[in-house]
Amino acid sequence: MISRRDFVIAAMAAGALASGDRGAFAQAARLGKMMQDDILRFDPVGTLTILHTTDLHAQLEPIYFREPSLNIGVGEARGLPPHLVDEAFLAYFKVPAGGADAYSLTSLDFDALARTYGRMGGVDRLATLVKAIRASRGAGNVLLLDGGDGLQGSWSSLQSRGGDMARVFAALGADAMVGHFEFTYGADRVKEIMDAAPYAFLAQNIRSLEWQEPVFEGRKMFERGGAKVTVIGQAFPRTPISNPRWMIPDWEFGLREEDMQKQVEAARAEGADVVVLLSHNGFDVDRKLAARVKGIDVILTGHTHDAMPKPILVGSTILIATGSHGKFLSRLDLEIKDRKVAGFRYGLLPVLSDAIAPDPEMAALVRELRAPYAADLARVAGHAESLLYRRGNFNGTFDDMICQAMLAERDAEIALSPGFRWGGTLLPGDPITFEAIANATAITYPACYRNTMTGQQLKDVLEDVADNIFNPDPYFQGGGDMVRVGGMGYAIDVSQPVGRRISDMVHLKSGKPIEASKSYAVAGWASVNQGVEGPPIWELVEKHVAATKAVKIEPTSFVKVTGA
Amino acid sequence: MAIKSKPRIKAPSEAKAGEIIEIKTLISHEMESGQRKDSTGKTIPRAIINTFTASFNGKPFFEANWFTAVSANPYQAFFYKASESGEFTFTWKDDDGSEQTATAKLTVA
Amino acid sequence: MQLRSWTPSRREIMEVGLASVLAAALAPRLAMATEETVAAELKKLYGDKPMAGGKIKLDLPEIAENGLVVPLNVDVESPMTEQDYVKAVHVFADGNPLPQVVTYRFTPQSGKAAASVRMRLAQTQNVIAVAEMSNGALHTAKAQVKVTIGGCGG
Repeated sequence: MISRRDFVIAAMAAGALASGDRGAFAQAARLGKMMQDDILRFDPVGTLTILHTTDLHAQLEPIYFREPSLNIGVGEARGLPPHLVDEAFLAYFKVPAGGADAYSLTSLDFDALARTYGRMGGVDRLATLVKAIRASRGAGNVLLLDGGDGLQGSWSSLQSRGGDMARVFAALGADAMVGHFEFTYGADRVKEIMDAAPYAFLAQNIRSLEWQEPVFEGRKMFERGGAKVTVIGQAFPRTPISNPRWMIPDWEFGLREEDMQKQVEAARAEGADVVVLLSHNGFDVDRKLAARVKGIDVILTGHTHDAMPKPILVGSTILIATGSHGKFLSRLDLEIKDRKVAGFRYGLLPVLSDAIAPDPEMAALVRELRAPYAADLARVAGHAESLLYRRGNFNGTFDDMICQAMLAERDAEIALSPGFRWGGTLLPGDPITFEAIANATAITYPACYRNTMTGQQLKDVLEDVADNIFNPDPYFQGGGDMVRVGGMGYAIDVSQPVGRRISDMVHLKSGKPIEASKSYAVAGWASVNQGVEGPPIWELVEKHVAATKAVKIEPTSFVKVTGA
Repeated sequence: MAIKSKPRIKAPSEAKAGEIIEIKTLISHEMESGQRKDSTGKTIPRAIINTFTASFNGKPFFEANWFTAVSANPYQAFFYKASESGEFTFTWKDDDGSEQTATAKLTVA
Repeated sequence: MQLRSWTPSRREIMEVGLASVLAAALAPRLAMATEETVAAELKKLYGDKPMAGGKIKLDLPEIAENGLVVPLNVDVESPMTEQDYVKAVHVFADGNPLPQVVTYRFTPQSGKAAASVRMRLAQTQNVIAVAEMSNGALHTAKAQVKVTIGGCGG
C-alpha cells in the first residue's frame, strides 16, 4: 500500500492476509507532510526485494496523470479490481478519501488534490527511491524489473527512437525489461537497443515468422538475496494487431500459454526458487493466465495501466499492478524458505515528486536528454480552461481536443482517435505546451489521414474495437480503451456480442442518424497501415490549439453506455 | 506459377536411434488461390503446390496435401522417428506438373 | 488493420490504406464455405461415421495477427506404432472461399502425428480438424480464430 503500515503481510501457508493501520500516515499526507522517508518506510521481510516499474511511457519528468473514472469489467472481471474506480475503488482497498492515496489512485476531486499533492513521477525521483532501497536492502538482494512501454510516449523518446529511455533504464540499473510500443521503433531498432542494453530483454512469446523460432531469450535466472529467481518475459501478445505489423514483419507474437507453462517448468528444472512473470499482457489476461499456468509465484502486470495498492492473489500467485507514467514504484519483499516463497510484503510507493529529492545524477542525465529539444518542448500553443485528461473507457477531454483539431484542420465530418491509455493530464490554467501535446501523440505512425467511409464501415470499426475491449474472454481483449470519436455520437451495450454492441450512431452537427450506405468524410490518426498520408497529428493539434488559445472541454455525453 | 526457388530445410544431421526429430521446410511459391481477380476483373487461375512428400531412404513417411488456403511461401513442419542412417528426400508437386526435390542426410549413432 | 478480404501477398496488403481495406471487407464477398460445406466434405470422406472428441490438440492463435499467414499446429495423441497410429488428419476452415486447408498422411515412422503449416483465413471462423486412426476410429476438434482490425492498445 502507499503507506508503509498497509503493506500486506501474507503468511501464505496459512493463507492469511493482514492489513495494518494507515491512518496516521494518511493524515500526514493530507496535511502535505508526506516526505521521502515516509514513502520509503518499509518493514522488510525475507532476503529478496523485487522492484517493479511499468508503462513509464518515456516520462522523464513528473506529470499529472488522472486515473480513469470509468473502467468497465466484463465477464468474470465484472465488478472486480482493477475495474473499480473512485468511491468503489477507495472502499474496496480501504483508502481514505481526499488524501495523497486517493489523489494518486482515483480521479476524485482531481484538480484540487493535484494542486495539493503536485505532479507524480520523474525518473530522477524514481532513481532516488531505487537507490535508497538498494542501499538499505543491499544491492545484491534487489531485482529491478520493468514491464515495458518505457521507451515510447514523449517527444525526446520519439526523436531518439527510444534511446533516451534506454539510457535511463541503464542508469536505474534495471535487470530486465519486456516490450510493446518499443516495437513501433521497428525490429532493427529494438534489436539494436536491446543488444547494447546492460539489462535483459525477455520475450518468451515472439517467434520468427520464417522458422517459428524464438527471437529473444524467454527467461533469465538471477541470484539475489540468496535465492535463484527466474524472470520470464512476456511481450504484449497483440502487438502486430494493435500496432503496425509492417514495422515488425518477420515476427509473430501471441499469448503462447503452453509455451509459458514450459518456461515455468524449465525454470524449476534449472533450480529456480522463485518464478516471476514480467508481463505486458494486461491485468485481466494475467488473472486468467495465473489460473491456468501452474507454478508462477509472482506476476508483475502491465499494459493496462492499473495501479492497485494491494496484490491480487490467484491461488498462490501474487499479481502486482504498478500503474503507469512513473507514478508508482512497486516493492515486493519475498521470504524464501525451503526453496519456496513462504511469505511476502508489498508496497505500492507513490512517486510524489514534491516529496522526493531528485537524484542528482539522474537529474543531470534528464537535463542532457531533454536539452536538444528544449525549445520545442517549452513552446506554448494555448492554455487549458478545463481539466484535459485521457484515461477512461470512452472519450476523455484530451482526446476530444484532438478530435476537434482533426475535424477543424482536416475539414472532416467525423474524427477517430485511438484509445491509447498513455498521455498526461493538464489542469485548468495549465499551458498547453508542445511537450504536453507530444506526450499524448508521440508515435512513429502519426499521420492524420482523411478518408471517406460509409456509415456501415464506421459501425464495423466501432464494433471491432469494442470487441477488443469488452469481449468477456480476456484472451480476446487487447487492452487499450475504446476508439475516441469526434462529430459523432453512439450508444453501446457492452454486454452484447460483436456486431450488436453499437447502435444509435448520430452525426452530431446535423443531428441526423448515421446512414449505413452514406459516405462521410473521416479524419483519423495512428492507422496501423503502411504508407498512410497526412500531417503528423501533433502538428495539427498544436495548430488548432494555437488558433483556439483557450481550450475548454467538458466531459462529453454523446457516448451512451449500457450493459456494464 | 512454377516453383521458382530452392527449398530450404531445417533438420538435425544427427540423431539417436528412436529419437523423434522435427523437420522444417520452406519453399517460395505464390500459392495463387484462384479466388483473386486481376485489374481487368478476370479471375487469376489457381496455381499452387498441391502435394508435399517426405521420404527416408526411399520410403515415404509423411505427406501433406495442400489446398488453396495454404499461405504463400509454404512452411511445413513435421516429425520423424530416427532408426538408421540415410537420406531424406522431400518433394513438392506443383499444379502445373513440375516437381522440386531436396535432400538431407541423417546419421544415426 | 487486419485483413478480411482474400488478398494476394503481404506486400500488397501493406500498401492498402484503411479505407480500402474496409471497402474490400464490405464488398460483395465470394461465396464462402460454411459449417454445412465442411460437413459435406466430411461426409464425402467418411460418410456418417461417428466422430469422437479428444485426442486432437489444435494449436491456433486466439486472434490472427495476419489473416494471410495464420500458424496452424495440429498434434494428435497416439503411440504411433504399427498397431496403433494416426493415418490421416484433415483440416477445414468454415469461413474461407473453399473449406479445405490441408490433409496430412502419417505413418508409424512419423514418430509423432503432429505438423505445422501456415494458412489464410478470410474472416473470423472455425478451424476443424478430423483425425483418422489406424483402427478406423475418427476424432475431431474445433477452434475459432478471430480476424479483427484490432484497436489500439496500451
